[in-house]
Amino acid sequence: MNKNSEYIVEMKNCRKIFPGVVAVNDVSLFLKRGEVHALVGENGAGKSTIMKMLAGLLPMDGGEILYEGERFEPKNPMQALERGISMIHQELDLVPQMTVWENIYAGQEKLIGFGVIDRKAMINNTKQVFKELGIDLDPNSKVEELSVAQMQMVAITKAIAFDAEVIIMDEPTSAITDREVEQLFRMIKLLKGQNKSVIYISHKLDEIFQICDQITVMRDGCLIDSKPASELNQEKMIHMMVGRELSNLYQKDEPVSAEYDANEVLLEVKGLCRKGEFSDVSFEVKRGEILGISGLMGAGRTEVMETVFGLRKADSGTIKINGKEINVKNPQIAIKNGIAFVTEDRKIYGLNLMDTIRANTTMAYLKKVLYGNLVLNFKEEKKVVASLFEKLRIKAPSQETIVNNLSGGNQQKVVLAKWLMGEPDVFIMDEPTRGIDVGAKAEIYKIMDSLAKKGKSVIMISSEMPELLGMSDRIIVMHEGVITGRFLKNEYDQEKLMACSIGGK
Amino acid sequence: MEKAKNINIGKILSRYGIYVAFLILFIALSIASPVFLTTTNILNIFRQISVIGIISVGMLFVILTGGIDLSVGAIVALAAVITTSMIREGSQTPIIVAVFCGILVGAACGIFSGFFVAKMEVQAFIATLATMTIARGICYVYTNGRPITGLKPGYRNIGMGNIGIVPVPVIIYLGIVLIGIFLLNFSKFGRHVIAVGGNEKAAIVSGIDAVKIKFACHVISGITAAIAGIVLSARIQTGQPVAGEGYELDAITAVVIGGASLSGGKGSMVGAVVGMLLIGIMTNGLDLLNVSSYYQQVIKGAIILIAVLTDKMKTK
Repeated sequence: MNKNSEYIVEMKNCRKIFPGVVAVNDVSLFLKRGEVHALVGENGAGKSTIMKMLAGLLPMDGGEILYEGERFEPKNPMQALERGISMIHQELDLVPQMTVWENIYAGQEKLIGFGVIDRKAMINNTKQVFKELGIDLDPNSKVEELSVAQMQMVAITKAIAFDAEVIIMDEPTSAITDREVEQLFRMIKLLKGQNKSVIYISHKLDEIFQICDQITVMRDGCLIDSKPASELNQEKMIHMMVGRELSNLYQKDEPVSAEYDANEVLLEVKGLCRKGEFSDVSFEVKRGEILGISGLMGAGRTEVMETVFGLRKADSGTIKINGKEINVKNPQIAIKNGIAFVTEDRKIYGLNLMDTIRANTTMAYLKKVLYGNLVLNFKEEKKVVASLFEKLRIKAPSQETIVNNLSGGNQQKVVLAKWLMGEPDVFIMDEPTRGIDVGAKAEIYKIMDSLAKKGKSVIMISSEMPELLGMSDRIIVMHEGVITGRFLKNEYDQEKLMACSIGGK
Repeated sequence: MEKAKNINIGKILSRYGIYVAFLILFIALSIASPVFLTTTNILNIFRQISVIGIISVGMLFVILTGGIDLSVGAIVALAAVITTSMIREGSQTPIIVAVFCGILVGAACGIFSGFFVAKMEVQAFIATLATMTIARGICYVYTNGRPITGLKPGYRNIGMGNIGIVPVPVIIYLGIVLIGIFLLNFSKFGRHVIAVGGNEKAAIVSGIDAVKIKFACHVISGITAAIAGIVLSARIQTGQPVAGEGYELDAITAVVIGGASLSGGKGSMVGAVVGMLLIGIMTNGLDLLNVSSYYQQVIKGAIILIAVLTDKMKTK
């Protein structure tokens, strides 16, 4: 009942465990009334996860939350909303086909009685709030017709209409223009004036210094520090975000290039453009090389690689494989030319979860185990899968095990097995170790290393600094669709990469 | 010990639920009716299920890709009227040519649906609903709404003939099932069908041409529906423009009772056959026991629900 407490939210030693990883490790966070509180850290630092616990989207595995001095454990988002905690997600949970006011009042419609909605009151209230916030928007327009920034305004208005005391914004500026950012900031300041609290998750450090009072830094699921913004600067913050000891997980032997020509370029991409996603992207990979691609989420790294693999169409630019220019219209052509793509989300793009390890392993190069390119040769298939099974040390009862029943690490190994089966030359790996445990990670690094040693090329997109630094021969950094940095083995360090990732030099 | 046994029975029930149900029904009917377990009756059951059984083979392929084919009933009629119209008494066209044309018409319908589903990415439900309506319309236009009768006597053999003691439709059904099993379980095509149905995005990333696969499945479904239409028209010696109405739902029922998932990627040919048999035996048994066909509908609906629920329990 301590309504006058200095803090509106006190999160103490909060903990969240996902299979194989501790996503949030005993993190405490204190939020004052009327405070704009920045939560920063690399991708996967646990920022969104801890906020989802506060917003009732994820159950806690430890610790406690005090809200207005009382113990508070929301079991679902509705409970959090009722208490005044509202989270605005990156993907903005609005219904595109409904109007602005319908969205704002979705779930808390004002009624005349007998379940009949009070249209007029809701439209007028919306107009009123828009006026207060200085938003120029017709409550009757359809949400699908709005810009991203306008949708964001609607989402924030919705939070206010719910009488939110705490508004969590997850990377609100990642998809809007500078001018729109200004309007957003005006809104945040207004909220602050009304003594509401804002938690602001962002990668954009300059913005944070513009509007935030307090900054909390997280890294690898742990709390690093929480300080008033006035006591910090960008450099200090970058150091806090990345400053970690590199473990010896990433032992990489020097390549023995006796068996192949280490100067042979396997993949060469020149001036690749795709409107709205990336522009003028050029790079090359040589035999025996691991090329790391760094950048924040949304930097366009995956989009570039999907284009190289034929999943997207380039507007302009050339792709040369083994020195030959190839029009990669679809993945079949990419695969035929020796490219493999270990995709980012194995459950969506990598596996048929309902099927067996065997069927998944041979999905891409089934033709290797066919009679006359038509009939399955089960004996050969089992033999090939068994050897990959052994080589990758997949832990499963048998190759007939349904993939859905495997751990993340073993699922990832099945995806790798699928591509290893065809012995392609270029391996593109998008976040190859996301969400898997340390043991499996180490094994995947070993596989990457052995591929490089055999004279294959590996391109690794990763948001995890340690693996980028530990595994890469060279690193390219992307920011908002453009390459902002290129580093050789001995040139890079965490601070430099982070600086390029957030758009600096 | 006792407990472990119980769990095992539960497991067996949920995993092989439909096979167990099939066995129980079979045994129960054998006891309840003296006529049930006679060769004549068993062959009779097979003959009764053969037309929809043939359709369900093609339907399974479409459902495995995550689609659905509502047009099969109309294709049955269209193939029937086209084929029969070519072999009226006195016609010079050999029966085999007419049959071939009927099958071709079915394939064309499948190509039509497949184009919209696979290439234009129209939802299968809508696209095949359109094909169904168009095909049915063509039937009426072509026949002026009147059944085609007075067929060459030889045509009768396709629907009524026997080889040894086995009816020809049953042989055709089992032959198509065998081809289906081969395609689904032993060929590259089948593997790709399951991959596309299980996770289309992953299949595309793995270099599988999902458009081609979905297209092919619709063509297969069109062909099997046409064959069913020919068998049916040969049995009733008539090309009925209203034939096959509602067959699409019966075929879907059989496939689903046989363990297929409408979201794709899961289902088996043997399951579809057993699902078909389950319906056939139930209908036959209830007929023998003089249960009104009105009740049979209710029971069939309940079986669908039970089948799907045991399936849900299995995945949990």
